[in-house]
Amino acid sequence: MSEAVKEKELFSRTTIGFWLYLMTDCVLFASLFVTFAVLRTATAGGATSQELFELPTALLETIILLTSSYVCGLALLAIHNKRVKQLVWGLVATFILGAAFLAIELREFALLASEGHDWTQSAFLSSFFTLVGTHGLHILVGLIWLLVIFFVLRSRGLTEKLRRQITLFGLFWHFLDLVWIFIFTTVYLIGGTQ
Amino acid sequence: MTAARYAIGFVLSLILSLAAYYYVVLGGSGTWFLVILGVLAVTQMIVQLIFFLHLGDEVGPRYRLMSFAFMLIILLVVVVGSLWVMVNMNYHMMDMTPTEKTDYMLIQYDKGF
Repeated sequence: MSEAVKEKELFSRTTIGFWLYLMTDCVLFASLFVTFAVLRTATAGGATSQELFELPTALLETIILLTSSYVCGLALLAIHNKRVKQLVWGLVATFILGAAFLAIELREFALLASEGHDWTQSAFLSSFFTLVGTHGLHILVGLIWLLVIFFVLRSRGLTEKLRRQITLFGLFWHFLDLVWIFIFTTVYLIGGTQ
Repeated sequence: MTAARYAIGFVLSLILSLAAYYYVVLGGSGTWFLVILGVLAVTQMIVQLIFFLHLGDEVGPRYRLMSFAFMLIILLVVVVGSLWVMVNMNYHMMDMTPTEKTDYMLIQYDKGF
């Protein structure tokens, strides 16, 4: 087997393995989604979802994360064309947008907690913080992963192994954007008004 | 995988997100509310699966598509099953006081499986 064929096979095997992990993560998120859906009205006399959620903030987060996912896609294109400069700028932009998203989310959490609406107030808020917090934690892991990619890129350059890593990161990041669509819809759009 | 495909996916996703947002903000409600939001979200999911995650581009045995389909089955069982059971239980217990609820649960427990 030639070197190129071996590399291609390794690439497709790694991708499938990571994809299977993403699918199990989907099931994790599904269980958190349905927990939220079941407990949304269990406010224990505290604040309801209609009183707490700000839709404009949620839309801003949605647009930031979507743009981040798009820019990350452009960075992935740069890998295939081996344009390192475009790749680096794409990943830097992805990181900045991801960090902005996380900052807005943490600000929202802090605001809720400072008004006394923390996760101990009701089953509804427990499920809200668990669902949205788990997504935020994934974003944080993605940002740390990006930092590692930057570090390796600086010290060793764009090796085959790193190219695989960046492609997997791209899958992860697109996947997180996909999960956010459903958080935006069920938690904010439906929970915020109905 | 081209830049044009990513751009199409990005614009379509943006339009679908904004459509859902303005439908809700401009006072959408009623029986079709959940259906319309559900359709918009699922459409955006399909758009992103095709244009961002390239699920349609696989060649040979389509392992990614198959595992995705299997995941959807598990997801539906978890989501629909939980909602069904919990809504049903709430419906049957909604007029009870906390004490009555406890007694009812104990009676159900004594019945066994």
